[in-house]
Amino acid sequence: MTEQVESVISADRSAQAGIERSASLWADAWRDLRRRPVAIASAVVIVLVSSMAAFPWLWTRTDPRDCPIQLSKATPSAAHIFGTNELGCDYYAMTIYGARASIIVALVSTSLVLLVGALVGMAAGFYGGWVDSVLSRLADIFFALPFLLGALVFLSMLRSHSVWTIVLAFAVLGWPPLARIVRASVLATKNMDYVQAARSLGASDRRLLFRHILPNAAAPAIVVATILLGTYVASEATLSYLGIGLQPPEISWGIMIAQGQSYVTSGYPHLLLFPAAFLSATVLAFILLGDALRDALDPKLR
Amino acid sequence: MGGPGAGGLKGLEVTPLGRYLARRLLQFVPTLLGALFILHYLMTVGIQLNGDPARAVFGDRTPSQSQLQAMQRVFGTDDPCFEQAGNPCLTVFVHRLENMAQGDFGVDSRERPVVTLIAEHAPITARLALLAILIELLVGVTAGVLAGLRGGSFWDYVVKVSTTMLVAIPIFVVGAVTQLVLGVEFGSWLKGVGAPDLLTGLFSIAYRTDQPWASLVMPAFVLASLSLATTARLTRTSLMENLRGDYVRTATAKGLTRNRVVGVHALRNSLIPVITNLGISFGNLLAGAVVTEGIFNIRGIGGLVFGAVATGEAATVVSVVTILVLVYLLCNLIIDVLYAVLDPRIRLD
Amino acid sequence: MLPEPDPDADLLDVRDLRIEFRTRDGVSKAVNGVSFTVQPGQTRAILGESGCGKSVTAQAVMGILDSPPAHVTGGEVRYRGVDVLTLPDEERRRIRGNHIAMVFQDALSALNPVFTVGFQIGEQFRKHLGMSRTDARRRAVELMDQVRIPAARQRVNDFPHQFSGGMRQRVMIAMALALDPDVLIADEPTTALDVTVQAQIMSLLGELLRERQMGLVLITHDMGVVADVADHISVMYAGRIVEEAPVRDIYARPAHPYTKALLESIPRVDVKGQQLNVIKGLPPSPTRVPRGCAFHPRCRYARDVCRQDPPPLYGVDSRRTSACHFWEEVVSARSEGSEPRSREQDEGVGGE
Repeated sequence: MTEQVESVISADRSAQAGIERSASLWADAWRDLRRRPVAIASAVVIVLVSSMAAFPWLWTRTDPRDCPIQLSKATPSAAHIFGTNELGCDYYAMTIYGARASIIVALVSTSLVLLVGALVGMAAGFYGGWVDSVLSRLADIFFALPFLLGALVFLSMLRSHSVWTIVLAFAVLGWPPLARIVRASVLATKNMDYVQAARSLGASDRRLLFRHILPNAAAPAIVVATILLGTYVASEATLSYLGIGLQPPEISWGIMIAQGQSYVTSGYPHLLLFPAAFLSATVLAFILLGDALRDALDPKLR
Repeated sequence: MGGPGAGGLKGLEVTPLGRYLARRLLQFVPTLLGALFILHYLMTVGIQLNGDPARAVFGDRTPSQSQLQAMQRVFGTDDPCFEQAGNPCLTVFVHRLENMAQGDFGVDSRERPVVTLIAEHAPITARLALLAILIELLVGVTAGVLAGLRGGSFWDYVVKVSTTMLVAIPIFVVGAVTQLVLGVEFGSWLKGVGAPDLLTGLFSIAYRTDQPWASLVMPAFVLASLSLATTARLTRTSLMENLRGDYVRTATAKGLTRNRVVGVHALRNSLIPVITNLGISFGNLLAGAVVTEGIFNIRGIGGLVFGAVATGEAATVVSVVTILVLVYLLCNLIIDVLYAVLDPRIRLD
Repeated sequence: MLPEPDPDADLLDVRDLRIEFRTRDGVSKAVNGVSFTVQPGQTRAILGESGCGKSVTAQAVMGILDSPPAHVTGGEVRYRGVDVLTLPDEERRRIRGNHIAMVFQDALSALNPVFTVGFQIGEQFRKHLGMSRTDARRRAVELMDQVRIPAARQRVNDFPHQFSGGMRQRVMIAMALALDPDVLIADEPTTALDVTVQAQIMSLLGELLRERQMGLVLITHDMGVVADVADHISVMYAGRIVEEAPVRDIYARPAHPYTKALLESIPRVDVKGQQLNVIKGLPPSPTRVPRGCAFHPRCRYARDVCRQDPPPLYGVDSRRTSACHFWEEVVSARSEGSEPRSREQDEGVGGE
């Protein structure tokens, strides 16, 4: 009896140690991140772009779809600081409104990929055996398919394109890397003492997974997810640029760059450069923040 | 004490390298079939959702029932399974595999075989890809070595910042901006001052048939940019790690020159991850070729896909991409073999 | 090649060597005035716990310190009378392998995994002597025979990971002997090996030494290894040599409390039911060496003077020295077991 009580106490203590360890990991990472100028700058850019996506009227009172044709292709001026496009639409307003598509695609795709990847990775890592073999093999096969080429095949089939078809393509093709990472960290934590202790006390599989194992898989998954956000912003723009992502009259940086590019030779480089700068800054911010997070969360790399 | 080495048993023994190759080949078949099936399924779901490549060919016109059925037969999408959402259309897949095994990858809307289209467009893409891989290796490895030899130095910083930019900025932006700055602005200035043909070819806004190599250099740099950055970073980190390695110290203790210690002992090991990464970067090259060839108006395989996407030739897109994936998987197989030759340790397990 | 070697000088003469590590966290003095000599055909053992500066000393003699962060800040390393520390890099490089060679601890990581052992042994013949590939390979096989690797001719094209630990260490030794050096530095050559293999490797080294009249610097923490092969022992603690003596004297009557404690921590087969002594406490970190005698916090002879004044090297007799204020007391004390043991009963950390 006493023995049992003791083991309950010690298992509880070691479980607590596991949780505290991950709590201090996050606290350390947070302290570390605040000291990195690159991380702060990236976070600022992400907040700004997100506010453009959520509340574009904070940034501009002009309607990007209100296009007086007589103003076609005006170069930047006080009234239209980014100039206008060939239809006379205010280019600054378009650039601001263009953030929404990118952010929505990136956020929803990443959430779905996180969900699918985490479920598959946890199942493969936790149950092992044939479940692991089947799921890992499946992930390998998806890995063998270059991401953009797969999306190209799927989207070129569709007649109508929207944010959601793009999200669907990204989610279907994007989960394997996350599944691999989650699987690896589940495998690593599964045999740690505090998890074994909890298991020996008869904790249910679900409790083991969500209370003990998942918190440890969270750090690498979040790093990858941050970088994925940037990748998806870039991929959406690329597909829209190719003409199989979003399509006019939707507003997207990729479409703006595609259309702006055809006027580059005739002396309107601003139609290319403004959306290109916004797009690049957004992608760069996500990727740099991901890198900084990785450094902050992995003390070994310091 | 003298453990049984590789030369211990003679006769029927298969060499470790041979065993490794056999295993890789065995893994290759299911991967290949799996990837082809995913492509097929993506297409099937696309059609079932709301698309039909046959209908897309007619654009805004509404085809007659017989016209449509004829086009569906051409594309092989006349099977009723394409009307049933969720049906994987396995019989169609098997049929396609049989056709592929005989070298038949379907036709475009004008009923030209896709294989013929590919054969026409392949040479220029091969030249572009070759240039891009050369640039990736030469520039990427050199930059990585410069940065890795002295971590924290000025060069290290330059390489770090520029590779981060290249990784983050989408290739079509790199391409469009390069075309604007080097092609439109600098290129027209060069023409204005009457520079020689080779030079204007190097900075041309589009592919020029009279300069079949020079006018591909700039697109190749654009195409290589992403892989170049990853190659430089990989070389840098693995060189820095290997320079701290015990065996590098041993090589120094043997009285070898610094050049030989770095160039032969450390670099040889540092290039192993770079070679492995070539497989992944080849996938990026193929996807990037679609964008790059579109921007610089290069009529290669990428340009073929770019054009087919623009005109709604979905069947051509699927067929060409299928062939690209085949090529990609084959290249990865070759790189795996190369990896085993480079790193003797891999052959054992 | 060398600027006029002096035939009468010591083979290797290290004088007052000082090495610092300069890092962002500050300067740490890893080696503070180490001196020793080696004569042809003799073995000098440098004994100490890990972190005492013995490997850094070996690397400085060899000229393969990682610099930065390590810097030689003083002293001389004389090879046949020539101070190699003042030589230009290119001449220094020629000495490595040709005149002074080194055997490392962990042969698996010290050999390049992607080249065959034949290539790695033969490389020096090609680069130092300009031999052809075929000749270099032939010489590599000969060397592998000399270090008694069975079936050398078949195994010359094998990779390091295909050898057992003992065989790999023989490959390392063959590599070091390739150019007939006069001085061999062996940094923990047997630490990674099984006990039986250790003995084989040590006897091989001893044989080669006698045959070739080389001088050996044996870096080790293992008193057992030292007893059989060494002629002279230098005991190092916290970057200094604390005792120096011929091997027999040191075993019979250690003159420094640290040496004495090390000896007492060896398990002995001939004494039954003996309680094993351990040295309590940990060796100091090079950034925080205690004032006075560096050993005083762990020393059972320590008095007030030890906390204040670092002891100089006292001459115990004509052939030996000790850096202990109370060396006479230590020497005259009877051997282990008879000392007051009260404090050793606490749990402590031994010398590895």
